[in-house]
Amino acid sequence: MAKASMRERYQLLTRDLDWNPSYVTEQQLYPHTRFEGIKIHDWDAWEDPFRLTVDAYCKYQMEKDKRLYAVLDSFAQGQGHLQVTDARYLNAIRLFLQGVTPLEYQAHRHFAYLGRHLNGPGARFACLCQSIDELRHTQTETHAISMYNKYYGGFHSFPKMHDRVWYLSVPKSFFDDGLSAGPFEFMTAISFSFEYFLTNLLFVPFMSGASFNGDLSTMSFGFSAQSDESRHMTLGLSVVKFILEQDPDNVPIMQDWIDKWFWRGYRLLGLVACMMDYFLPKKVMSWKEAFELYLEQQMLEGLFPDLAYYGIEPPRHVEQAIAEKQYLSSQVFWILYQFSHAASFTTTIPPKAEMDWLAEQYPDTFDSIYRPLFEKAERMAAEGNRFFFPGLPMLCQTCQIPMGFTEVGDPTATSFRSSQYQGERYNFCSDGCKWIFDREPWKYIQAWLPVHQIYQGNCGGATIPEVLAWYGIDAGVDNGEYATSPDAAQWAQWHQPVVAGG
Amino acid sequence: MTETPAPRVRTVGIDVQDNDEARPIVEAIERDNPEATIRRMPGMLKVQVPREMVVRRTTVEEILGREWDTNEFQLSIISLVGNIAEWDEDEILIKWEH
Repeated sequence: MAKASMRERYQLLTRDLDWNPSYVTEQQLYPHTRFEGIKIHDWDAWEDPFRLTVDAYCKYQMEKDKRLYAVLDSFAQGQGHLQVTDARYLNAIRLFLQGVTPLEYQAHRHFAYLGRHLNGPGARFACLCQSIDELRHTQTETHAISMYNKYYGGFHSFPKMHDRVWYLSVPKSFFDDGLSAGPFEFMTAISFSFEYFLTNLLFVPFMSGASFNGDLSTMSFGFSAQSDESRHMTLGLSVVKFILEQDPDNVPIMQDWIDKWFWRGYRLLGLVACMMDYFLPKKVMSWKEAFELYLEQQMLEGLFPDLAYYGIEPPRHVEQAIAEKQYLSSQVFWILYQFSHAASFTTTIPPKAEMDWLAEQYPDTFDSIYRPLFEKAERMAAEGNRFFFPGLPMLCQTCQIPMGFTEVGDPTATSFRSSQYQGERYNFCSDGCKWIFDREPWKYIQAWLPVHQIYQGNCGGATIPEVLAWYGIDAGVDNGEYATSPDAAQWAQWHQPVVAGG
Repeated sequence: MTETPAPRVRTVGIDVQDNDEARPIVEAIERDNPEATIRRMPGMLKVQVPREMVVRRTTVEEILGREWDTNEFQLSIISLVGNIAEWDEDEILIKWEH
């Protein structure tokens, strides 16, 4: 008997195993796919370009895991943690573990749900595979980063921190926003905005940075995870095109979601911008260059002309993101620097050579605005007066980032927007975040804003030590200034020349 | 000004790991897509081709000296730009649809 072709195997193993329900209606079986207003007439039109079948999926995923765990094993055996450029680098990995890994787990849960609740078998199977992928990412990231937890502070309690810590409410609220939407909005949010836009910048140039900074462990899980993401990106694109092709009434709904989730994703990427420009001691490419390559060139000039065929326009507020590429990373870094005493990572003013590099990358903004600020902070630290912000910041109601961004195109004037809803005033960092709130104020007034929660007495107490204890942060070990941290002292000791007889 | 700029040629491409597994694939891509450009970044290679990019099984097999399943491509790829227009036993074709 001749071997079945890929096309036939996909048909047999993925599509043909479906059946029509006889004792309930389709609507009773799949109750969540109508209320968002998206109209699907033919679920069979769903295309899976990978033509993935369960046997091929298992075979290649197993191979990926085998390779990854061989690397992790030799990393552990060979004291790989000593090979990174500097212990300061690990702050990027802390942010990753606390901020991203729990999102992978949430994605796993929700794709499992969609793997049950979408009407078409092709779509359900793609979601099932993605659900298993996301669980694999949670596990492999935890295993890879546990290499550092043995030797450095700040890596413990990460799921607890994700639920409680102020800056982690930024990624958490992003994902909760998606989870609490309907299935089509979730897929647009996660498969399209998150996978296509956000993880591409996080897992590609940033992971290349991990490679350049000697972090074999992170590079390996990053590229291994991203090999799944390329499948997820393809799913994301199929989702968007499938929905757009099904009914013209879907187009304005999708445009709205693309607009919303572009800005949500972009604000979250501010953390990645800071990780790339400030947390990597050796630089691969600046945030600006990565943004130009992956967003402007690949998405705006590549993908969006394709979507224009369906009547989709480039995302609202994208021109503001383009203007901000000149200074976004510095603004986020300055926020994190001022609040490091309440975080589970450390920061320090970058050494002169790195500031020179930043000046080269950002000729219009760095020397004129940020270098003088950072040099002043450096002088204060040298005088024993390391600057920490003595209070709690006002947060944007939508993205939950402290209000540290500026008017678009003017990096010297703080941007401040507000809306009235049911007699209360809500504050925003940008036009994009205000626009998102104004679409669904009843949703965002429920936001769990960390600063409000602290003042309401819901976070362990009224003082910083009490709140940090509630966060699970070991104050003085996990946080504050890097240069005077236990990690820095230990790193220096490990890298001392050997003293004979010592 | 009356001259309108020529429409920009859209590129497609892939990002792959810079390892032993992926290098023959990249070599095959270069052979089958003469306009391909390769950008080296730490740990990875960025391959860009104007309009469309094809990965042919027979070319990869010739370079590798063994049989190669197009599904093995999943072990090397880290990201892609463009739409997967075809993925079967013989080739992977990436291009923009519209």
